[in-house]
Amino acid sequence: MRERLSIVLAAIAALLLANNLHAMFLTLPDEAMQGAIYRILFFHAPAAMVGMIGYFVALTLSIMYLSFGDFKYDSLAASVIEVSLVFSLVNIVTGSIWARIIWGIWWTWDYRLTSALVCVLIFSGYIMLRRAIDEPTQRARLSSALCIFGCVDVVIVWKSIEWFRNQHPGPVLDFRTGGGRMDPAMSHVFYMNFLALLLVATALVLIRTRQESTAREIDSLRRVAHAA
Amino acid sequence: MDARNFTYMFYGFTAAWLIVMLYVISLARRGARLKKELEDVKHLVKGERSTPEDLLPNRMR
Repeated sequence: MRERLSIVLAAIAALLLANNLHAMFLTLPDEAMQGAIYRILFFHAPAAMVGMIGYFVALTLSIMYLSFGDFKYDSLAASVIEVSLVFSLVNIVTGSIWARIIWGIWWTWDYRLTSALVCVLIFSGYIMLRRAIDEPTQRARLSSALCIFGCVDVVIVWKSIEWFRNQHPGPVLDFRTGGGRMDPAMSHVFYMNFLALLLVATALVLIRTRQESTAREIDSLRRVAHAA
Repeated sequence: MDARNFTYMFYGFTAAWLIVMLYVISLARRGARLKKELEDVKHLVKGERSTPEDLLPNRMR
């Protein structure tokens, strides 16, 4: 059932992406100031949003694990964080390529970029921590605590373009500015691409969660074999 | 400037999909490894094989 759902989600995402790529390259014109490179925005910002949504879903799941002690919440949180990390990496790499053309540099240590990098480092640490601890309860408890700590940085990443003066551009999306900062046609393609990436991420989380439950099954069978 | 602009846009799109594809490949490989490990442990529990080596997770072998 879960496998079929992930295939359906991936297929819908593929159709949406094909439609969005058509709109990006054949319908939308180049941006007046930036030229063709602005199209990176259609992957850069949605990837960041998908990553952030994932981290907050993982935060909820980690709190649920700490409250109820059910390992399925811990497995789901680990799966969501791994997929979110992939999208955060996409965000940082595409942003860096955009910056090389627009700013003339690959990287600058401003609040938004630095906090986004710290976020990637914290959640990479989360994955390393899980691999380093074999005892399931200790692994789940410590990684849940690290997830809650990491989500403080996610809030800083999100709000940094409002709180501080940055080289990174300020908010342009309708739901943050009240509208008027982005052309409606571009805004439509942006949100459709966000939806497509969200579907891709959900499909990947479903696959990853299935692997986590297989790993749990292997662990319990191994315990049975040890006990025999 | 325009040609460079377009080239870097291409690099950006390529990088985004390359990262996602590499992750999908790693997921597929991990899935295949887990499937094999599950089969091995099931055989082990049924008593078909029982060397101490079989009781260790793959990463510890």
